[in-house]
Amino acid sequence: MTLAYALAAALAVSCVVLVAWPFLREPEPRLDRVRELSDLEQRQVALAEARDRSLAALKELEFDHRTGKVSDEDYRALVGPLRRQAAEALRALEPRLERTARQPHAEPATEEPSRGVE
Amino acid sequence: MPELGRAALVLCLGLSLYAAAAGAFAARTRRRRLAASAANALYASFGAAVIASLVLAAALLRHDFTFSYVAGHTSRELPVAYTLSAFWGGQEGSLLLWLLILTAYAAAACALNRRRAPDLVLWVVPVLGGVASFFSFLLVVVASPFGTQPPPLDGSGLNPALQNPYMLAHPPMLYLGYVGLTVPFAFAMGALLSRRADERWIVATRRWTLGAWAFLGVGQLLGAHWAYVEVGWGGYYAWDPVENAALMPWLAATAFLHSVMVQEKKGMLKVWNVLLVILAFGLSLFGTFLTRSGILSSIHSFTEGSIGPWFVGFIAVVTAFSLALVFVRLPLLRARTKLESPISREATFLYNNLLLVALCLTILWGVIFPILSEAVRGEASAVRGPYYNFFLRSFGLPLLLLMGIGPLIAWRRSSLRALRRTFAWPAATAVATGVILLATGAGSSLLGVVAYSFSAFVLASIVVEFALGASARSSLAGESWPVALASLVARNRRRYGGYVVHAAVVLLAVGIAGSSIYDTVREKTLRPGQTLQVGRYAVTYRNSVERRAANAQEFRALVDVRRGGQLIGRMQPGRNWYPAEQQASSEMAIRRDWTRAEDLDLIVQRFNSSDGSIELKALVKPLVNLIWLSGLLFIGGALIALWPDAREQRRLAARYADSSVAAPA
Repeated sequence: MTLAYALAAALAVSCVVLVAWPFLREPEPRLDRVRELSDLEQRQVALAEARDRSLAALKELEFDHRTGKVSDEDYRALVGPLRRQAAEALRALEPRLERTARQPHAEPATEEPSRGVE
Repeated sequence: MPELGRAALVLCLGLSLYAAAAGAFAARTRRRRLAASAANALYASFGAAVIASLVLAAALLRHDFTFSYVAGHTSRELPVAYTLSAFWGGQEGSLLLWLLILTAYAAAACALNRRRAPDLVLWVVPVLGGVASFFSFLLVVVASPFGTQPPPLDGSGLNPALQNPYMLAHPPMLYLGYVGLTVPFAFAMGALLSRRADERWIVATRRWTLGAWAFLGVGQLLGAHWAYVEVGWGGYYAWDPVENAALMPWLAATAFLHSVMVQEKKGMLKVWNVLLVILAFGLSLFGTFLTRSGILSSIHSFTEGSIGPWFVGFIAVVTAFSLALVFVRLPLLRARTKLESPISREATFLYNNLLLVALCLTILWGVIFPILSEAVRGEASAVRGPYYNFFLRSFGLPLLLLMGIGPLIAWRRSSLRALRRTFAWPAATAVATGVILLATGAGSSLLGVVAYSFSAFVLASIVVEFALGASARSSLAGESWPVALASLVARNRRRYGGYVVHAAVVLLAVGIAGSSIYDTVREKTLRPGQTLQVGRYAVTYRNSVERRAANAQEFRALVDVRRGGQLIGRMQPGRNWYPAEQQASSEMAIRRDWTRAEDLDLIVQRFNSSDGSIELKALVKPLVNLIWLSGLLFIGGALIALWPDAREQRRLAARYADSSVAAPA
């Protein structure tokens, strides 16, 4: 029974240390905030998803056309809007990506870069 | 060491509560260190659950009857494998297995996604912590596996029906599936709580959902095989509420796996997908409640039982919370696109979803109606096989047909000309199958002919899909046909893995139709030397023997089997008596004929000691082996779909990485 209590105490101490570890490791952090995605970044994710969706749809349409699942008539009717959607998404993403490329350290200095949950 | 087990569970409860409360506070206030601390609490809760499980496993293996659970579910004569499987043979042990798998999944899901989707994991931690708190609470306060007692000389033993190799794998598989559905639920709630309307939660949980769904499917097939070989009634599925408990979340998860593709491809069905995830998780909780609360034997045993009311309360809270959250976040979940045509791939997915959910809900109604009627009127009205079979036919056959139609139709819309071209071969194959079946005398069951024709249609459509895809790839990339086929599958594993799973479902449907519609059943009392004719087989009872096994007394009838006048073997059906458990079990004999894909099953219903006769039931079940073969194909298809695709992962990583480096506009 004594051994059981000793093991239980050791387990409890280990768990407490693990839970307290983020505070023990960084007693006084420069910043203690998880960065939130801004509306702009959320919009960018939505645009990236729209871009991937349009590109995947175009690829699938080409393949289905090749296998005969999509007739020439359907292909002609569908390919234009899909190309337009992909182009729009790419265009919408382009300025932001270019700006990011030009200013690789453009992160606002008020918040620590996203470190996630560690 | 019950004290260590109890301490580990108390610790697990404390850690889970901390993960839930501190995690929620950290997510709300976006405190980084507190969020990391809450995630660590979730990891530590897994460690505590492992320790508690090891204590119970060690007690089982040591036959430590000071543990009430060990004394109540094992005996000294019980073979080691079954002694260990007693871990999940009782209520408390199976709840501990739930907690162990849940904390393992929670720790793994958070660890794998904490860098990929940190803002999502922020809210996932408290949701998972909340679910883990509930199960820890049950184990600490209501149904502890670490209760002690003065040790008896021997334990009560394990229910004989559970002393079967399939019981070593069936419950853990089901639990891996049930509990696995917690992960997509937690991520869906995390996405709503963090106000993320994108598909990050779907990307993060794609494999978790597929894995949970595959475990549930395999678990059910193992359970069906266990029922077939062990329960001794000659069937494999009886629409028993415990069986239905696993089928319902599987159907909801199947619907989700299909409809989520519509969201990924078209950005539609966002609300529907979240609702399906909630339904699947809610049904997995409901399934655990059904099997563990005692409600199935009587509504009164439920109210007298210890865990039932807690489960009902938890399911109510989870349902209310998640539905309220969906309602509050409805504006975020609005789709920007609409269905372009009722004849399109996404439309077939929608039809498939409606049928799957309708089937799921009719089964749910069949399960809860007797409970409700007992609660309201004081007597249970049983819902039997014909009710379920009616809805299985009504929804199952169109579903089977849709499985063949869906892959042949393009996304967005399909013209009649294209449909004529793609449907030609599968439709011709279906018609030819129907004609051949009618010509060969299988027309005694119209349902069977329809089921087989639809199955032929689906198989043909799968072959057409692979063939057309491979030849298109071959001409596109200049690859040889086998290389083109391999790269076709490798480049779109979910799609072609899915087709392999469809083929498995067809085998399952053919097996079920063959073994249930075209089976032969005969029963007769036989004296030594007498013969019973069943189908093409003549079975002659010779005599009976009695022998001692490791933990049971075996009684066997020796039966000679002839086909076409030729002796083809001897079978030994019988019954076992387990002295420790004071229970008997039927031991069915099966003669498996793989060339004909049929089984001859012999069941001794009674040994009459007065005149040495036996009451024998003989069944010939054509095509039943396709059901078990379908399991192997199902696993193969699921593995193809689950196999990581490095190119896809790089693409998705780039998609979401962009957002974390974006500069202000």
